[in-house]
Amino acid sequence: MGDNVRVENVEQAKQNQEYAQALADLLFQLADDDFILAYRGSEWLGLAPHIEEDVAFSSMSQDMMGHAVMHYQMLEDLGLGKADDLAQLREAGAFRNAILVERKNGAGEYNDNPHYDWAYAIVRSYVYGLYKQVRLESLLQSSYAPLALISRKMLTEHRYHLMHWQVWLKQLANSTKEARQKLETGIARVWEDAGELSSLGQNADNIVRFGLIAGEELLRQRWLANTKDIFQKAGLSWPGEPGVPTERGRLGEHTADLGQALATLSEVYRLDPVAKW
Amino acid sequence: MQTQIERFNMTENEKMEAFLARIDRGEKIEADDWMPDDYRNQLVKLISMHGMSEIMGALPEKEWVPKAPTLRRKLAIMAKVQDEMGHGQLLLRVAEDLIAPLGKTREDLMQDLFTGRLKFHNVFHMEAPTWADAGVIGWLVDGAAIITQSMSLDTSYAPYARALHRICAEEKFHAQHGESIVLELAEGTAEQRQMLQEAITRWWPSLLMFFGPPENGNITSNQASNMRYKIRTQTNEELRQVFLKKYLPRIFHLGFTLPDDTIYFDEAEDKWVYQQPDWEAFKQIVKGNGPRSAHRLNLREMSYEETKWVRDAIMSFGRQVG
Repeated sequence: MGDNVRVENVEQAKQNQEYAQALADLLFQLADDDFILAYRGSEWLGLAPHIEEDVAFSSMSQDMMGHAVMHYQMLEDLGLGKADDLAQLREAGAFRNAILVERKNGAGEYNDNPHYDWAYAIVRSYVYGLYKQVRLESLLQSSYAPLALISRKMLTEHRYHLMHWQVWLKQLANSTKEARQKLETGIARVWEDAGELSSLGQNADNIVRFGLIAGEELLRQRWLANTKDIFQKAGLSWPGEPGVPTERGRLGEHTADLGQALATLSEVYRLDPVAKW
Repeated sequence: MQTQIERFNMTENEKMEAFLARIDRGEKIEADDWMPDDYRNQLVKLISMHGMSEIMGALPEKEWVPKAPTLRRKLAIMAKVQDEMGHGQLLLRVAEDLIAPLGKTREDLMQDLFTGRLKFHNVFHMEAPTWADAGVIGWLVDGAAIITQSMSLDTSYAPYARALHRICAEEKFHAQHGESIVLELAEGTAEQRQMLQEAITRWWPSLLMFFGPPENGNITSNQASNMRYKIRTQTNEELRQVFLKKYLPRIFHLGFTLPDDTIYFDEAEDKWVYQQPDWEAFKQIVKGNGPRSAHRLNLREMSYEETKWVRDAIMSFGRQVG
């Protein structure tokens, strides 16, 4: 297999070990990004600035969680283990999400003195969402037909998320001085990590060679061009090239925040992973 | 149809008589219709408490949303709790229309919640320490809510009835969601069954209290006027009996017990006879002295205060554009 390959189903994918490995690596990135950010979103439940937003934010977190489930299911189909085990029993070092999505929502715990930062929530969701848009659009041409198919379905939901975050960005950027300042602080914090989003990890060459998705540089350029345009329309100054965190999540290096997230989200399942829940 | 001028010329007594005649004819009252202050006040009290209970009711389950044990359960409980917030929003919109003529807004309702003037349901003051509690809340608390809300589907206040129709439809899914969690635990390992038994035992007094104290023939003035206005049609005890008849056989069928050795079904009277919960404790709980009252109110108030800048920003943006 090489250029112009098209793999119709999981059985064909499994026939080439190298292809299956590259596909799995990419799927873990897709699944883990959405899973962990949806988890962070679920921690916001009941704490959003107003009730209408609580409902909307929760709905978007569910969509993201739903996308993660579809990707974990594809990994299960590839023979890598049960979707529930993949989501809840792997150690932090096996996760391939970008660091940006694992950062805590703010100080405190979701049920104990949460001092959450709405500006950070908006910027993180929007900047990640803009990258996800570019990634899904590229996946429409993926050599792995089942992935191209579900990406189309995800894009239809995802467009509404972007519209939602766009309204927030515009409103906060053009309202009070306080909101503007908090927004700019949120942007600066997101910018410290955002550069890692377009990384395809250690197997990037094979992922691209097999036509699973476009190359890192192309994805990055498209994403930054879109983001720059949106910042400009909102009247925000461009923060320049996004940085990369010290830990490289795509390589399995993570902060203590991911450990906390995993311990919480798997607490009940780990009581007895063999039992039915 | 009366013209506005005719109505203007009516005395307060005549307006009241005309209003009660509408109620007796089974007509529905809309937000802009004339209504006696007493009717409005009863509705505000009932609907704002119902709305805040939905919102505060999201908090005990919120504790289990990030921890739900499987991907399927994670998706289901996120959707479920989102629905509860949505119900709160629907109901607060109904309450907002009722308090608007009094010069009040949602902000006043939020502040009333924080000061303790506006109460929320006793069940949401309680602890939910295990995953089985999340199941019992969905199965039995939502099951109890369906019973009280179904009674009000035919309420004389049309906007409330419309909200309740939607809410009840969704609550039925919630009860199924809760039942599904409970059945999985009931058919599970010894540890899972024990977790569920402990949750049922823990929730039993709160479930009895859910419907309010029994009348023992003495219906309170509030209840009496709500029945006169056709806001509600059944007493606390009647509703509690509906609940007991529906759920006790199911609990016993699954092999679980209740912390009440004396409970039995009286065939002749066609009712369950049970040990009364501590109604003094009930009063304390709804006053805000329950085991989790302060924690949950603090969580809600803190997040509300810390996001004030966001609501200010939205208002400011609206003014600039408008």
